[in-house]
Amino acid sequence: MTTAISVSGLVKTFGRTRALDGLDLTVEQGEVHGFLGPNGSGKSTTIRVLLGLLRADSGSAVLLGGDPWRDAVPLHRRLAYVPGDVTLWRNLSGGEAIDLLGRLRGGLDPARRTALLERFELDPTKKGRAYSKGNRQKVALVAAFASDVDLLILDEPTSGLDPLMEEVFRECVAEARDRGATVLLSSHILSEVEALCDRVSIIRAGRTVETGTLADLRHLTRTSIDAELAGPPPRPGYVHDLAVDGHRLRCQVDTDRLGDLLTELNTVGVRTLASRPPTLEELFLRHYASDAGGTTDPGGTTDPGGATGPGTGEPSAAVAR
Amino acid sequence: MSGQALGAPGVSAAEPATGRHDLAGTGVLYRLALRRDRIALPVWLYVGTGMVASTVFSFRKLYGDAASRRTFAAGVDGNGSLRALYGPIFDGSTTGGLTAWRMGVFGAVLAALMSTLLVVRHTRAEEEDGRLELIGAGAVGRRAPLTAALAAALTANAALAALVAATLLAAGQDAAGALAFGLALGTAGLFFAALAAVTAQLAETGRAANGLAGAAIGAAFVLRAIGDSGTGAGWVGWLSPLGWSEQVRAFAGNRWWVLLPPLAGAALLTALARALVGRRDLGAGLLPQRPGPAAAAPGLASAAALARRLQRGPLLGWTLALAAGGAVFGGVAKGVVDLIGDNRQMAEVLARMGGQQGVLDAYLSSIAGVFGMVAAAYAVQAVLRMRAEEVSGRAEPVLAGAVSRSRWAAGHLLFPLLGTALPLAAAGVTAGLAEGLALGGGTGTAVGRMLGATLVQLPAVWLTAAVALAAYALLPRRAAAGWTGFGVFVLVSWLGPVLRLPQGVLDLSPFSHLPHLPGGRFDAAPLLWITALTALTSAAALAGLRRRDLG
Repeated sequence: MTTAISVSGLVKTFGRTRALDGLDLTVEQGEVHGFLGPNGSGKSTTIRVLLGLLRADSGSAVLLGGDPWRDAVPLHRRLAYVPGDVTLWRNLSGGEAIDLLGRLRGGLDPARRTALLERFELDPTKKGRAYSKGNRQKVALVAAFASDVDLLILDEPTSGLDPLMEEVFRECVAEARDRGATVLLSSHILSEVEALCDRVSIIRAGRTVETGTLADLRHLTRTSIDAELAGPPPRPGYVHDLAVDGHRLRCQVDTDRLGDLLTELNTVGVRTLASRPPTLEELFLRHYASDAGGTTDPGGTTDPGGATGPGTGEPSAAVAR
Repeated sequence: MSGQALGAPGVSAAEPATGRHDLAGTGVLYRLALRRDRIALPVWLYVGTGMVASTVFSFRKLYGDAASRRTFAAGVDGNGSLRALYGPIFDGSTTGGLTAWRMGVFGAVLAALMSTLLVVRHTRAEEEDGRLELIGAGAVGRRAPLTAALAAALTANAALAALVAATLLAAGQDAAGALAFGLALGTAGLFFAALAAVTAQLAETGRAANGLAGAAIGAAFVLRAIGDSGTGAGWVGWLSPLGWSEQVRAFAGNRWWVLLPPLAGAALLTALARALVGRRDLGAGLLPQRPGPAAAAPGLASAAALARRLQRGPLLGWTLALAAGGAVFGGVAKGVVDLIGDNRQMAEVLARMGGQQGVLDAYLSSIAGVFGMVAAAYAVQAVLRMRAEEVSGRAEPVLAGAVSRSRWAAGHLLFPLLGTALPLAAAGVTAGLAEGLALGGGTGTAVGRMLGATLVQLPAVWLTAAVALAAYALLPRRAAAGWTGFGVFVLVSWLGPVLRLPQGVLDLSPFSHLPHLPGGRFDAAPLLWITALTALTSAAALAGLRRRDLG
């Protein structure tokens, strides 16, 4: 596997704000890479550096084997970009904008263009200003997916799309990957990243805090266990949020200690066992929890339905890494 | 419990037009409008008041005694083309009367433009950009934005009327006449503010709403010109709101009742606009919008092609405007020459601006200079289109294509550089034709002379554009910087000769170095070094643009 995007130690300041503060990002060729972070964490700035629109203060960025600043024009022939906030020319129709954007990077596949217009249910004859936010986004998406490019850079591309169109978008990303394209998908929607991405990088305040495959990252998270045992439950010291009620035990366990816990439970005898795998959301919350300062305790120890509710994300107070 | 809570909004929705909720939030929006216009509005008022002030003071200086004023007025009255342009002189015996003649129509047009742009800016343009949606979701009545915009327009026109009246008073003119003149301008502005409120309901875009209202101003000017030209159809002038403003006859009897038609018209149009607001959806217009092509023409395949598509409309508009200006100012050449021939001081001022012995040549050369500055304004606007593209985010996907910054910029720069020749040539041809026809000389030579006079402005226009480009490329955060060079050049070259500024200051403007054509000696040297300076400035600007952050 060769590397499509390789960024290390990227720094970009605007006046006094340090938008990027030593960011690292590696995207292998042919993968769909999730680029996760809250608003203002530096996702768009990184993408603009990769597009040669901004010049980094320090650090290195290599895009498809070239320098994104110096080799912008030849590199741009091989990539398509969808901005998070698409603005169109008021006197150009959507169809004209699609063709123009496609031709600027060397043309698009007319058959695929027609098919995409149909799938995204986009009327190409409207003028730029008549489109809603979602439809403007569709214009940029059709132009991007109809091009035969090696790399798709998508900056929060689904923020204006309804769930049906999000589904179409996911299919299009999967098809692009099947064609062999690399996709960098910036997002703050975890379910989207979970559904689409092979690997993810999580950034915060201009710095990469976590990167790896979803399986890798889940190792860093905790699994929720709800078990009914044959006898009095054990009380191991390495579990979190332990709640014991007669023969019933509920707790969270670091994924790498899961095996140990199961062995201990087995020695007592297990009647029922429910376990819930960690979600990316938990991982995400963990990395941003310190900002919140432990304000959200979902109360997992008292709420019996907590194991299935959305609020069982690890409370911030328990972050110990 | 919940049924009641749900029912409450339904009740108020059932009687939308009668409730006083309709205007909720007007005060806040009114203050917001004034705050957003805290720069633009004072500039408009300053320009309007300044024009009246400079007119009244120069008339006082140039035509100091009643006899010279009467001669002047008689000259104007005998000239149909001057009457068509400025209107008739109702009482030429006083300086106030002459000022009312000279600035009556143009002051009313200025008030109309100010009011139109203001109302559309705070209604349709807001709606188009989606900001009104945000506001409409607050506790804001359906008619509040329109009412707030009209209230802001009323404030602006009242301020204009007061300032103009105060200026004339300060110049020692009759108080009643000063007030009548100020009100004539203010009521004209108010009428067109209400008209713009209607066009803002009809059109779906701010640009189209401004276009419709602008066309109405143009039509009003033409009707008034026909009425005033003395062809026996004087009643036609009464069809025009600009005609009403002049029929107030400030300093010549002060017919106060003529202030009523524009006020009544404004009230009617306001009622119409308010009714239309209640009938349409947010964001929709009443005029249908045509769909565009589903696919782009094969030619729309490069950044340069996109720039052509974006810039051709404004270029066409400026060309038509300058062609019309050429026809008007060329057409009145004879009248001006007759008038100025009688006034030594005026001829001297013109001669300083034009440097010519022949009054005709001096006049033609000075209007060629004006055309050059108008073309420079177009050039700055065309350069700053790049900034608009960048700031709006539309440049980003283009530059994310296989397009270098230099190519992207070159596509746009074609217009301020080559494109500016078109409006200048158009003005030269129409001015030459009109002048030749009016004076009965050969039109061929006249056209050739005027074409040379307007095209010789090009290097100075280019340098103005290059300065704007440098400001855009090197000071991207300073929105107004692009206009600074233009402002300095115009101030120096336009007002410098009148204010007798020292030559060192005059030399700051490239327009001061151009050969004074027609009539003057043609000297290629300044044209060459101004062009060379343009090339250097542009090259430095483009180098800066390639280096800086974009977006």
